[in-house]
Amino acid sequence: MTYDEQTLEGLNKDAAEIIARYPVKRSALLPLLHLVQSVDGFVSPDGIAFCGRQVELTLAEVSAVATFYTQYKRRPNGEFAVGVCTNTLCAIMGGDEIYRTVSERLGVGHDETTADGKITLEHIECNAACDYAPVMMINWEFFDDQTPQSALNLIDDILAGRAVTPTRGANTVASFKETSRVLAGFPDGRADEDQGIGEPSLAGLNVSRDQGWTENQSWKEAGK
Amino acid sequence: MTDLTPVLSATWGAEKSWTLDTYTNHGGYSGLKKALAMEPGDIITAVKDSGLRGRGGAGFPTGMKWGFLPPDDGGPRYLVVNADESEPGTCKDTPTMLYSPHTLIEGVVITSFAIGCSHAFIYVRGEIIHVYRRLMKAVEEAYAAGHLGKNIHGTGYDLEVTIHAGAGAYICGEETALLDSLEGRRGQPRLKPPFPAVAGLYARPTVVNNVESIASVPAIIDRGVDWFTSMGTERSKGMGFFSLSGHVKNPGQYEAPLGITLRELLEMAGGMREGHQLKFWTPGGSSTPIFTDAHLDTPLDYESVGAAGSMLGTRALQIFDETTCVVRAVMRWTEFYRHESCGKCTPCREGTYWLELILKRLEAGIGTQADIQQLLDTCESILGRAFCALGDGATSCVTSSVQLFKDEYDAHVTQGCCPFDHSASALFTYEDESDAPAIEEARV
Repeated sequence: MTYDEQTLEGLNKDAAEIIARYPVKRSALLPLLHLVQSVDGFVSPDGIAFCGRQVELTLAEVSAVATFYTQYKRRPNGEFAVGVCTNTLCAIMGGDEIYRTVSERLGVGHDETTADGKITLEHIECNAACDYAPVMMINWEFFDDQTPQSALNLIDDILAGRAVTPTRGANTVASFKETSRVLAGFPDGRADEDQGIGEPSLAGLNVSRDQGWTENQSWKEAGK
Repeated sequence: MTDLTPVLSATWGAEKSWTLDTYTNHGGYSGLKKALAMEPGDIITAVKDSGLRGRGGAGFPTGMKWGFLPPDDGGPRYLVVNADESEPGTCKDTPTMLYSPHTLIEGVVITSFAIGCSHAFIYVRGEIIHVYRRLMKAVEEAYAAGHLGKNIHGTGYDLEVTIHAGAGAYICGEETALLDSLEGRRGQPRLKPPFPAVAGLYARPTVVNNVESIASVPAIIDRGVDWFTSMGTERSKGMGFFSLSGHVKNPGQYEAPLGITLRELLEMAGGMREGHQLKFWTPGGSSTPIFTDAHLDTPLDYESVGAAGSMLGTRALQIFDETTCVVRAVMRWTEFYRHESCGKCTPCREGTYWLELILKRLEAGIGTQADIQQLLDTCESILGRAFCALGDGATSCVTSSVQLFKDEYDAHVTQGCCPFDHSASALFTYEDESDAPAIEEARV
């Protein structure tokens, strides 16, 4: 065990809080793995042992779960997980070319990390933002309507240490570790940060307003 | 022309739409107030009478699902909301939770009260961090306002809600795989029966419903069954999201009565992108057989789409114009299914593996006529033989595309290359240099 006393104390406290959310201890395993990533930047051997002790599972049982899910990383992840959607819709709308351009600029391929540890590149599957295609995710924040140039600008900003802002999400992208802590169920107080609603999300509302289709809206008025 | 009916999306454009204040100011939580004054059984009856069917893809009647729970034996029973939205093309639950999380929370409280549940879970996919923040905040606000926690609205009813993040696995959208995942296991589907209603989470009676289904409940209770059934068709009642994406002028969320047509929706969305025509589309995500312009007037309800040979699914309309290579599109979806196959059953695990290899050969121009036949044969070995719907879904786009666009598959074989300029489909201009690596990869 290589966690120092202070880290371990923090982990134990957080783990107790996570476990208390569930009627059965084992349910805490997924958030615990996110928690481990928030400290180590990946699911480390120490982290697996820690989770095992917390929920009374063997190392093999924890590893079996950790390796099933793509968000759990087996090697130290970059500070920023950059994912380009290359599922059909995004790929065809330009995602393939965006991925190619970004990969070329970074000199890394899928699931590889730049030498400075800044960026891990991934081609990702559908991220539920198809009306904003082509989409890119950085630490699981939305970067909508991308082009090769806009993607390269983001990459350059990250490499230069400048903060980047999602199109829908928080004011700046949190680090991979910070993001993992939120996924473990610990709020970072940024829920009210907002970049404004995107046009596609308002598309139907705009048509309804223009057409004066208000009859069915009396339950709740459209905001605009 | 069918009118749009924004209900769940009605407040999305409001200032700070995700906050409790905004939601309450627009009439939010009035459904809960009414529900708590009702007998739980009457709420179930109302949802049954409304004809609400599962909005997560399968279309199973929601009230009936609740009715399958065995009589109360004094032990716990659970509500689990499936917020693992990841069917390709599907992008409705994510904005619902991002812009109006309280609509879902209110639905969770009403549903939990109706089925006698005191601990509900919302299983959210882990790849949408801001949605997760907003949901956690909404739950906090709801506790503080007395909509959650002990003695809700002074009725003596207690409910705890836990938001749970997944970790990247499409299969966890399958309800029993989701339950395994929520129990801290690999997300692999369970054998049914027993169904979750009898033995679900921790082997206790459990209702698993999609976000949009649960979010529709407050409006049904607040405005009444008659209002809900006034929308839609005879057997497909109410409104739902139609999510338009792809080569249309104004992609986005269009909340409309079930039974609206693509022709109507396209008109509202400004039509196809300038100078292009519709080639093919999915009515309900990538797991539903593709349609063409022959289906522009097919009413988008469960029965009509089924009768036309596809499925309404999640109403994720991915729309492609004539620049799009159907073989490339199908290859990409197949890569997805291969990647997401959980490996539990052989037909899906091996079948999707071979489908991907064959499609890569074809798209790269080094496939043969026999490969096209092999695609169909492999699909036949998967369909109806896989452990869960993922395998069946993987065959939909392959089989339907070969049926509808056999000429295009043939052209890949006879021309020895993909006949399409991929850059023509993109929303920006670039030089298409992608063929060489594709061939390289396909030869492996």
